[in-house]
Amino acid sequence: MISNVYLKINGQPIIAKSNETILKAAENHGIFIPRLCFMENIHEEGNCRVCSVKVNGSHQLKPACKTFVEENMDIITDDLEIYETVRMNLQLLSHKHQFECFNCSREDDCEFLELLRRYSVEDTLSHLYGDLGLPQYFSNSSGAISIDSAKCILCGRCVSACEHYTGLNILNYNHRGTETYVGPALFHALEDSGCIYCGKCIQSCPTGALREKDDIKKVEFALRDPSKTLIVQVAPSVRAALGEAFGLPIGTNVEGQMFKALKELGFDEIMDTNFTADLTILEEGTEFISRLKNNGPFPMFTSCSPGWINYLELYEPELIPHVSSCKSPQQMAGALIKTHYADKLGLDPKNIVSVAIMPCVAKKQEAKRPDMGRDGYQDVDIVLTTRELARMIKRRKLDFPNLEPIKPFGLLASYTGAGNIFGATGGVMEAALRTVTEILEDRETPIDFKELRGNQDIKEATYMIQGKPIHVAVVHGGKAIQTFIEEMKTSKKTYHFVEVMGCTGGCINGGGQPIQHATVQEKVDIRSLRASVLYQIDAKESIRKSHLNPFVKALYADFLGHPNSHKSHELLHTHYEKRQAYQDVK
Amino acid sequence: MLERIHVLICGGTGCLSSHAKDIKKQFEIELEVLGLKDEVGLIMTGCFGLCEKGPVVILYPDETFYAHVTPKDVKDICEEHILKGRIVDRLTITNPLNKTQVKNINQLVFYAKQKRIALRNCGAIDPMNIYEYIAKDGYQALGHVLMNMTPQEVVDEVTRSGLRGRGGGGFPTGKKWQFTKNTVSSQKYVICNADEGDPGAFMDRAILEGDPHSVLEAMAICGYAIGSNQGYIYVRAEYPVAVERLEIAINQARELGLLGNNLFESSFSFDIDIRLGAGAFVCGEETALIQSIEGGRGMPRLKPPFPAIKGLWGYPTNVNNVETFANVPVIFLKGATWFKSIGTEKSSGTKVFALGGKIVNTGLVEVPMGTTLREVIFDIGGGIPNKRKFKAVQTGGPSGGCITEKDLDTKIDFENLTALGSMMGSGGMIIMDEDNCMVDVARFYLDFTVDESCGKCTPCREGTKQMLDILNRIVEGYGTMKDIEELEKLAYMVKNTSLCGLGQTAPNPVLSTLKHFKDEYISHVIDKNCKAGVCRELTHFVIEDNCIGCGKCARHCPVNAITGWMKTKHVIDLDACIKCGACKIACPVHAISSQKIEQEVFL
Repeated sequence: MISNVYLKINGQPIIAKSNETILKAAENHGIFIPRLCFMENIHEEGNCRVCSVKVNGSHQLKPACKTFVEENMDIITDDLEIYETVRMNLQLLSHKHQFECFNCSREDDCEFLELLRRYSVEDTLSHLYGDLGLPQYFSNSSGAISIDSAKCILCGRCVSACEHYTGLNILNYNHRGTETYVGPALFHALEDSGCIYCGKCIQSCPTGALREKDDIKKVEFALRDPSKTLIVQVAPSVRAALGEAFGLPIGTNVEGQMFKALKELGFDEIMDTNFTADLTILEEGTEFISRLKNNGPFPMFTSCSPGWINYLELYEPELIPHVSSCKSPQQMAGALIKTHYADKLGLDPKNIVSVAIMPCVAKKQEAKRPDMGRDGYQDVDIVLTTRELARMIKRRKLDFPNLEPIKPFGLLASYTGAGNIFGATGGVMEAALRTVTEILEDRETPIDFKELRGNQDIKEATYMIQGKPIHVAVVHGGKAIQTFIEEMKTSKKTYHFVEVMGCTGGCINGGGQPIQHATVQEKVDIRSLRASVLYQIDAKESIRKSHLNPFVKALYADFLGHPNSHKSHELLHTHYEKRQAYQDVK
Repeated sequence: MLERIHVLICGGTGCLSSHAKDIKKQFEIELEVLGLKDEVGLIMTGCFGLCEKGPVVILYPDETFYAHVTPKDVKDICEEHILKGRIVDRLTITNPLNKTQVKNINQLVFYAKQKRIALRNCGAIDPMNIYEYIAKDGYQALGHVLMNMTPQEVVDEVTRSGLRGRGGGGFPTGKKWQFTKNTVSSQKYVICNADEGDPGAFMDRAILEGDPHSVLEAMAICGYAIGSNQGYIYVRAEYPVAVERLEIAINQARELGLLGNNLFESSFSFDIDIRLGAGAFVCGEETALIQSIEGGRGMPRLKPPFPAIKGLWGYPTNVNNVETFANVPVIFLKGATWFKSIGTEKSSGTKVFALGGKIVNTGLVEVPMGTTLREVIFDIGGGIPNKRKFKAVQTGGPSGGCITEKDLDTKIDFENLTALGSMMGSGGMIIMDEDNCMVDVARFYLDFTVDESCGKCTPCREGTKQMLDILNRIVEGYGTMKDIEELEKLAYMVKNTSLCGLGQTAPNPVLSTLKHFKDEYISHVIDKNCKAGVCRELTHFVIEDNCIGCGKCARHCPVNAITGWMKTKHVIDLDACIKCGACKIACPVHAISSQKIEQEVFL
């Protein structure tokens, strides 16, 4: 039974609820308490000790994030003693921290830096106590995620986030005491640890200790190579979140400014991944239709999320025959850029640098897969996350919010509403069904499949197609994937088509998206706000079904022939292999 | 056949590592040769407590106490004492006051003021024979409890006895049992904390190795009281003998139906399993211990919720220390009123202390609460050896502080020691004399704590390391007054904001030595001199005017740095001196000390 509790914070009378902690009660009343390690429902260990407050005058300070309010409590959050304590805590963390703020991925939104400024921390004690030496653990050989213990403040949020969102426990504490570092087990590099690169750890990290492998320099060098032509493609989810890096409210559609920025940065040609999203629907939809005709194998799983593909290859390799052989839209675009489009532009594919802007960290790894290229080149050369693009724009000092919106030109740039909703969980399934139902039923079928939208871990629905019930499911996040596959195996219910996303919420919540402060992550439904941008764009489009995209039709007529043709298979399809984590551990 | 003599060989920690097993073997051989095998009983027992005199052998029924026995002496004991009834004088202890031989254990002053309750069976029985435990009223308490008392009555009896946790916390045991009993749950656990991590502590070890059944019986009683049928003993892996003896004890108890299903034909079932530690001091903290048993990394959790509400695998769990448990069967045999009559008002019963450091009688002592520190150190401990002077006594291990001469008449109990800036802790008591450097003492304990910090919370992980760095700089000669100021500020911050007991008490040795021995810190920092001659960089040995010119120092110096004529004051060449301190120890008139010298400015 939750009742009212009357207490005082800094002399101010407060009414709180009996199930609230001091931190929650204070924040609800606009009273600031510094915090670093607390993340509601994800990491509640109270170990940074920054939120220490004085309760009823006791010098033994209590952690506000885990101490519940009690009747008549007298709490002080800020006096000289507490101020000195917080400062000392921050100074101690500063001593071990490698400050490279000018170059750091979190130069603008580091939670640690914010507190250092607020508490006027002046020195890091380094000049007194000597050099830092080499970082305890540094791993960026995965090419996707970098772990840099020199910036880690050991809050533990990443450990909890990995456990919470994926259930895989890739990260944990190693060693002990001052030698402690967070990383994979047994001194392994991240790529050997079974990580699926969903990037939830990055999203929960308050500093730059966990970050995407920065590839901005590669792009800057390529832009200045006179022999190279740079072609960039942008994912649907980027336009729904890029504005956040420039202070725009969450859920602002910045599509026009985004394309203008890419032009300003110097890319030669601009593509939209939404186009190949439409293409994917044609390929995958046709694949599904043939599965229906041949009665299996069911279910068919989507394949555009590399986080899911990593999970599949590492943990559920028996399901490989079920997964669609289609490449992701990113890779389909890359393949077309380096073959068909190169031809059209009269370029040697070796002189094209194909760049992709993605909300995803795993895509950096996906682009390097051996299957994703031919004749000695990769289809996608460089993948930049939304954050890296934002950094490039900021460093060039472009006034992003006020850029004049443009819409890209080119053969691989026009899209339907269906292609655009790929970024939200349920979007791929909805887009696929729009096309599949129309083709199979041979009449105009509904556009909206609203049951597939929303943030529920597992969504299921049944649709009657050609008089038969077709069972579909939409799953997102490592934990949900685990649950769903277990249930699928035990319940023996036949699912026909399942959409799987490695990230909860889908790509709009990917590991490469702008990182929101922990307090915002707790209070705001970021996923829904970003997803709504995609659905709004979809609703306004005149063409909302992939197979009606005239440029897609033209592509088949000119080049590919028909969906699942030999050429399509050669360029737009791939295969998967079982992989093993911790190979050298017997 | 009835044996006419019993030979009790001490198998405690110290004696065991001094060839106690070989002594026993030698007895077997000699007795075989003399044909006395059937008349003499040979028992290896637990710790007698007077470790300084080990290896100890006691012969019954005359209770002759033989000290410093070697395997070579066994022949004499057998031929002279056992066969002919003549005591071997050279193996008995000499009374330092009147130089007579002390033949009988009852004449030993060491035991005069002790009251062995937790250690009652250590030294009296063979710990690997359950029947000897039973013969000494073992498992009677459990039987009585199961037959005649309700669980609530059991809890009430423990509460009435006033028993408080002996692991360091001093929390009222009855209250803890009550909390766990009150929590409604289908499953509950009893855990015995045998992680004993304090450096120099071996109280729990003596009980586990010398009287394991007392712990098993107590855990069963606890299980009955709180409603649990499963117990775990978490033993540190560094105690293989204790682990072995516990395993034997558990198996013997199971065989006799004293552990397992339906004990004493009641509906109560209780079993115990052993879990090993893996080398982490922090796993002595109850929530870290629980996490370790669960298979996780030994990192403490926030309290509340307390283990009594939510502990092992989320179930209500009662965690008690080995010594706490060892007291429980006796409370039920002799009554809570009897137990409460011993000790002080707020701290009833006794406490086992591990006396170490600069003291004549190192070993284990058990005294009633309320005994003064002076009595323990001088009357029982025999005072400071080598004619040195008492400087401080450190209690509570790395969590405790120093107590000086002026407070020696304090009666030992939980509150009194805490009021002095120290704490009871698990029972470590290290005595220091003028040859101990108090700055080095603080550094030693902090070095330990830094190594053992789990790393979870910032104050302990980073703060103690900074404190250690400051202390290292000070003892190496680079300290400044600002460093001392910084050290104290850090100490308070770590104490007030650390997550668990390890961090909250780690600064205690530093704060305590800063309070009582600030002059030594200042001497290290300003004079660049370590008066005790411990910190090598700050040691400059000088021979003072009371030198009698005997030349002993020069003879002991390994590098021939001392010169002087007979009967005149000798001189140390400081450039050659390696600061080993051999001369200081050798000097019969204490003429050598470390002094401040004029020297060039450090850059």
